[in-house]
Amino acid sequence: MSAVRLQNVHKSFGENEVLRGIDLEVAEHEVVCLIGASGSGKSTLLRCVNLLERLDRGRVFLGGEEITARGVDVNAVRRRIGIVFQAFNLFPHMTVLRNVTLAPRDVLGLSREEAEGRALELLGRFGLADRRDDYPDRLSGGQQQRVAIVRALAMRPELMLLDEVTSALDPELVAEVLNVIRELAQGGMTMLIATHEMGFARDIASRVCFLDGGLILEEGAPEEIFARPRQERTQRFLERIIEAGRL
Amino acid sequence: MASEGDRRADPEVAERRSRLLSGLRLEGEGAKGVAIALLSTAVFLTVVIVAVTQSAGWPEVRRAFFDWGDISGSFPDIARAFVLNVKIFLVCEVFILVLALVIAVLRSLPGPVFFPLRALAVVYSDLARGIPTILVIALLGFGAPALQLTGVPRSRVFWAGVGLILVYSGYVAEVYRAGIESVHPSQEAAARSLGLSRFQALRRVILPQAIRRVIPPLLNDFIGLQKDTALVGTLGVIEAFNQSQIDTNATFTYGAYLAAAVLFVAITIPLARLTDWLVARDRRRRQATGRLA
Repeated sequence: MSAVRLQNVHKSFGENEVLRGIDLEVAEHEVVCLIGASGSGKSTLLRCVNLLERLDRGRVFLGGEEITARGVDVNAVRRRIGIVFQAFNLFPHMTVLRNVTLAPRDVLGLSREEAEGRALELLGRFGLADRRDDYPDRLSGGQQQRVAIVRALAMRPELMLLDEVTSALDPELVAEVLNVIRELAQGGMTMLIATHEMGFARDIASRVCFLDGGLILEEGAPEEIFARPRQERTQRFLERIIEAGRL
Repeated sequence: MASEGDRRADPEVAERRSRLLSGLRLEGEGAKGVAIALLSTAVFLTVVIVAVTQSAGWPEVRRAFFDWGDISGSFPDIARAFVLNVKIFLVCEVFILVLALVIAVLRSLPGPVFFPLRALAVVYSDLARGIPTILVIALLGFGAPALQLTGVPRSRVFWAGVGLILVYSGYVAEVYRAGIESVHPSQEAAARSLGLSRFQALRRVILPQAIRRVIPPLLNDFIGLQKDTALVGTLGVIEAFNQSQIDTNATFTYGAYLAAAVLFVAITIPLARLTDWLVARDRRRRQATGRLA
């Protein structure tokens, strides 16, 4: 069964049509990477999946049930989907531990002990146990992003959306975040990842989708897309990436 | 991850170095700076004092305002009356904080459905800030008890307090709103994407950050409120200002006004220092590592 399925998704901001009919299906335990130039609609697509953006047309299914239908409780949908943003978006007035336990306690109704137990186990697994009482300002970008991932994981989501999670990081901090994602993939987490890290996408993705002008222009196994792109626009995009030394 | 230890050490080294440098600067230029400041203050004060005491009206002003016997004599009465000012201030403050927050939240609700509530909040805050406080107090203080409605308090102090609450809520709501708008939308997106409802996001994520940022202007408004409790005296209620007027009428000198002024300052200045301290503490806490704190 598919974990998530998008059907003819359209989204405009004013005159600007960002998504022009996206059809995409992600199976359980599958890792799908979205690549494409800035402005191709990758982020908007992710934000449509967890209903941060309202669709103009089309439908989204999560675990077989339509979440874009009328009367669906958006809060109930969002607690099943984890999202990690480019700019971390940690809560600066809360410690690391409180950042991670907020939603499990307030949304899932876990007791403080349960929520902290769950949080500390995750923080420990990703090398952040000694940072539990720090405020986000005091952490490096890589540490902040790992905390953001842990914060999303603490809700035990059935799907993770990662929105260019390494784009705001200094180059030397990228690896620690990518390693965390790699570990999640090995653990069988279903993920939809918008990324500029082509090498990473090639390693980790079960499938790669090239977005161009609000459409999925080409998709396939990473070895196909990166080695033998069929579409001319995909070829040009990858050539530019190679020129920039990113692949 | 291997470089984590190094990174942690770096800011500490930098901090120690900058502390060392700023310490040197204080000892070098600082001592000279303090001397210059002291000297210029002394010169300035001498000029002012000479100018004032040499003025033609000074003997009369000194008799009217600076008679120590008048000041100390009226002080106990005024201090007793001042208790009412403090009570009005404390009670009103609580209601203002709550009412203003409700108004600010209503005004920040998104979407067309909430248009009437937003409009209401705008109208309220325009009216509250548009009418002179003294008029609001006079209208309510004299008007509301005159209605003789059953179950409605007749006390002028009560209605004057209501007037202060209504007026100041308009201002404080604007302060809150500025704070709410200063929190980046990505914070709400992060909260909502974790499944928090709009209300939970507001309560846990938006408002705590918004309120922290506006503590200084909030306290500024409270200093204003503390001073404006003197307006309640215009209804004939005996509070500090009215009491000092009674005293000045008895002695034909104005020392009592000075005594009242000292009492107001005794409340408002600590309030200002408290604000500074709260802001500094919050900054320290956010920048400190949990390990060292």
